[in-house]
Order: sequence, then C-alpha cells, then structure tokens
Amino acid sequence: MKLFKLMAATAAAAILLAVPAYAQTRIALVVKSLGNGFFDAAAKGAEEAAKEIGDIELIYTGPTAATAEAQIEVVNSLIAQQVDAIAISANDPDALVPVLQRAQQRGIKVISWDSGVAPEGRSIHLNPSDIGLIGETIIKLAADYLPEGGDVAILSAASTATNQNAWIEAAKAVIPEKFPNINLVATVYGDDDSVKSTEEARGLIAAYPDLKAIIAPTTVGVVAAAQVVTDQNLIGKINVTGLALPSEFKQFIDNGASQAVALWNPIDLGYSAVYLAKALVDGQEAAPGATFSIGKVGEVTLDDTNSAAMAAPFQFDKSNIEEFSKIY
Amino acid sequence: MTDTTTTGRQLPDRLDNPVKSAVLSWESLLVLVALAIFIANSFASPYFLNEWSLSDMTFNFTEKALIALAMALVIITGEIDLSVASIIALASTMMGLALQAGADTPMLVAVGVGVGILCGAFNGFLITGLKLPSIVVTIGTMSLFRGIAYIVLGDQSFKGYPVDFSWFGQGYVFWVISFELVLFLVCALIFYVVLHHTNFGRRVFAIGNNATAARFSGVRVDRIKFVLFCLTGLMSGIAAVLLTARLGSTRPSIAQGFELEAVTMVVLGGVSILGGSGTIIGVVLAALIMGLVTFGLGLLNVPGIVMSIFIGSLLIVVIALPILFRMWRQRKA
Repeated sequence: MKLFKLMAATAAAAILLAVPAYAQTRIALVVKSLGNGFFDAAAKGAEEAAKEIGDIELIYTGPTAATAEAQIEVVNSLIAQQVDAIAISANDPDALVPVLQRAQQRGIKVISWDSGVAPEGRSIHLNPSDIGLIGETIIKLAADYLPEGGDVAILSAASTATNQNAWIEAAKAVIPEKFPNINLVATVYGDDDSVKSTEEARGLIAAYPDLKAIIAPTTVGVVAAAQVVTDQNLIGKINVTGLALPSEFKQFIDNGASQAVALWNPIDLGYSAVYLAKALVDGQEAAPGATFSIGKVGEVTLDDTNSAAMAAPFQFDKSNIEEFSKIY
Repeated sequence: MTDTTTTGRQLPDRLDNPVKSAVLSWESLLVLVALAIFIANSFASPYFLNEWSLSDMTFNFTEKALIALAMALVIITGEIDLSVASIIALASTMMGLALQAGADTPMLVAVGVGVGILCGAFNGFLITGLKLPSIVVTIGTMSLFRGIAYIVLGDQSFKGYPVDFSWFGQGYVFWVISFELVLFLVCALIFYVVLHHTNFGRRVFAIGNNATAARFSGVRVDRIKFVLFCLTGLMSGIAAVLLTARLGSTRPSIAQGFELEAVTMVVLGGVSILGGSGTIIGVVLAALIMGLVTFGLGLLNVPGIVMSIFIGSLLIVVIALPILFRMWRQRKA
C-alpha cells in the first residue's frame, strides 16, 4: 500500500506542477472517443487556435468507449473542474442534454461540433459544412479539371440516403448558374456497397463513352469508381472525384485516377470550435443571425437553431494528400 | 462478515481463518485503498473536495453498484449473470414504448422494473428449469435482450420523458445527496441484512460452497437460484429506470459494458468468483473505490484508456496482495 500511495502522490504532484497557476480560459474539447485519428487531428487544430488566441488552457479529453454514459462521466469531471467552456462532439444528441444543461447552469459555455447535441443542451452547434456548400463543391471538384466542360455522372450511396440526396439536389441546382458547360448525364446508386458501386461505375463507363468525370459523394463509391478507372486503364480520360477519406484514397491521387477529392477538415473543425467557445466565454451572445469570427477559417452565421456551417469541404490533391492520409 | 465464532453450526461467510481477520480482512484492505485514493485525489486536484464534485462522483457508480449488489449474491452461489446491461436496454426500450402509449411516471417505473423482473425470470427459468449453465444462458440473453431493443429502435431514440420522471436520475433528496445514492444505500442495507442475517442468506452461501450438499440438506437450490436471477433482473430494471431518467432518453446502445463493470465491482469487493464467499460491505466499498478512481482520474483529465489500465491493475494488485501475503506468512511459518 505504501508503494501505491507513494505512486499516487508522486503522480499527483507531477500533475499539479504541470498545471500553470495563473488565471486563464480553460476550454475542454470533448470527443466521441480517444484514439481516433479524426479527433486527434481536431485536437491539433484546437491547440493551434488556443496558441493563436493566447492565454487558453486546452483540455483534450474523451472516453475510451464511444458511449453516451462514458461521455457523461467525462462531462461530470469537467463540471467539477469548473472549466470555462465545453466543446463536444457527442455520442448521442439526447442523452448528453441533461448533463450539459447542468454544466450551463453552473456557468459553463457549451457548444457542440461535428456530432451535434439537441439545442436545449448547447449554445451553438458547428457543422463541418452544409448541404449547399457540399453540393457546390462536388461539382466544382470535377469542373476545375474540365475547362472545356463535358459529361459527368454521379455515383451515389443508396437511393434513399438522405444526406447524399440533399447534396445531389444542391449540386443540380448550382450547375446551370455556376457551371453551365458541365453536363450531368446520370445519377446511379451503389448503395455504399463496394461490389454494387463497382458494377454501377462500370455501367456508367460503358453507357457514356464521352464521360469525363465520375463524382461519388460517398467514401465507398469514390474508391470503387477510382479502382474501376484504374483497372480499365482510363486514367487521364476519366477523372474520379467526390468525398473521400484521404487515407483510403491516397493511392488514386498518386496514380492519377483522381485529380482531387474533398472532405471535412477535422483540423479546421477543432480550430473553429475553440474560437467559438472562446467568443462565448468572452460574452458574445449566441442567437439566430449572430456572426462569429473563427480566425483564419473565416466567420460563421448562426441559423434558426443556432447551428452554423464552418466551410466548404476541404480539398485534397497531390500537394496535401500525403499529409492528411496520415491523419484520417 | 467474520463473526463465525458464535454458537451452533454455521457456514463461514469467508473461508479464511476468522481470528486475525478483523485486522487483515478484505474489507479493511478496501477501506485503506479507498482512503488512499481519496487522499491522493484531494492532493491531486483542487476541485475534488467540493460537495458538488463528490455528489457528481456518485453518479459514476450508483446504477452499476445497484446491479453489483444482486450480482454478488448470484456469484456467491457460483453462477453469473452477464445479461444485466442488456436487461437495462430492453427495460428502457419498453419504458420508451410505454411513454409513447401515454404512460405516466408511476407506470413508467412499473414497466421498467417489471420488464427487469421478467427478463430475470426468463434467465432463471433457462438456468434452473432447463439446467443450462448460467454463463451460456446469459451470454445468449445478453444478445437477445439488446437485440430486441435494436429491432424496436434501430437508429432512433425515445425521448420526452416527463419532468417528474427525470427526478429519479437527476433529483436530490436533500442538499447534494442524490436520490440514486440514497436508493443505493437503502438497497445495500437490505442486501446486507438478507445475505448476512437471514436463513436465505445462509442458504446462498451453502449453495456456493457445495450445491449438492446443500440440496441433500434440504435447501431448495433451484428455487433460490431462480429467485436470485429474478433479483438481478429486478435490480437491472431499477437501474434502467435511474439511467433512463438520468439520460432523459433511450437508445438501444444504452448501458453498454455495464455487466463487466458490475462483475468487476463484485470481484474487487472480495466475492470469490468461484462462489461460496463474499460480503456486501466489500461490494459497496469496491463500488466506492471504482467511483473514486474514475472520477479522480477524470478530474486530472487522464485519458480513458489509462483509466482502464489503472482499474485493471488495481483489480490485480488488490486481489494478489492477500494471496502474496499468505504465501509469505506460510513460508515464514
């Protein structure tokens, strides 16, 4: 027991010494679970913002298991530590509400980011992007490499997938106005299944000989399409693009099957979350229509539910895929 | 409990020599560990010694500890119930359905507790009626009960529980003493009396020490086991009410992993995993220790994975210490 006590006391002393004693803003970045590259990247961005703003102690924490119960224990300990703000990516939009309300009652500012909490539990929710921005980005990704314009097709997830359908609608809406020489010839559905997506991609290539680009706003479809283009030696003729995880997709940027893809950038997300939290701590009011600065990322405006969209999806190409493929 | 030197024929609650046990008992060791952690916590974090912090801490373990009380009895008989967390999921789901059907708060509580008892009775029937091993049965019902919750809810959730219902999981009886804590203490007292001061409790130990001998002595082994599984079901149902009220919502993934934490509390509390010995005081202390450790490390923002390592090591150290001590004494003697 002596050894145990000694160890505990030593650890305690070490941690005490590590904590700076002067007054500063303490912001907790709470993630769904630790040991996840996406969230580690978000924490990196948060650190960057904390340094930029200055006088901020950033607490990066989260449970080991991605459950609401475990996250509540984490929030409880943050309440006890009387942090100034909690920025959380929640494992459950409802179950976290009671404990976050308690945090707010004790004067802690609460925002959610990435995975939101119901409005009662937070002041602001930061979405990585929004439907309009995503719809525009997926067309832009193809159009940027088609100066002459041409035929493009969309390979989506399931025909019932709410997110993808909304993005495709937004994409269709933006084409006539901003990309008049892009001709969307077909939308097919690979059901987020590798085999089905591969078949659908082959079908597109066979049916539309003039096809210049396949846009897949799903991480499964985009890999399948790029594989088909690689296998059929169509690199340089058909450009595959869409929403892709850098780590899964790096090989297709490297081999030229794709010029560029996009996805939310977790670094910017963590960065922006800290800016928003700090603004609330400094007394800025969260209300529909209010505008918040998020540093180098720009600014956001809150909608009716106090949600905000950070930015268009972040583009990955030859210049940065190496770096991001290591992150997520 | 160690007062086995009284008159009459008695089965000891613990198999150790009772003479030196007052000082060297498991419970004293646990008290020391709890004190050590408490002191370490107070030094480590300036936020620990605060009535609200300590009150918040109790929420980390009360629900699991309620289950651990009943689990201790089951394990003392040499059985185990791994389906407890899934019973919570099913009971909570049924409460959600009842809520949608327009149930009021007393009805919601009745549904939660009732479903718990039914699930426990189902386990008990399979184990004592069909003579199936409890570990197999409860691994099966672990998937079955939660599976039903997933079929009902999918990726949806039930919410909108009434405000007076949320009091069970978020309310305070007085000052910072939560309803959950009071309920746990009352239940612990009842379990203490039942296990250590009733014939029923004696029989539980008898079964765990030698079920065959107990049967030949006229103990209705199967009936007692059946009752115990109903009891774990009941406690899981109560835990489901508390947890649902605390979360204010139901999702099929609710209470994931609670079964292992409840078993950890029981084993850390000194209940022999092979059955036959253990005390309620030990289990209560173990629950407190787990709460102190997780909350204390949480205050220092120690990552969850380090916390698991810490609890695992604690479990091994606390269990190994007395054995090492005994070996050392034997070598000396």
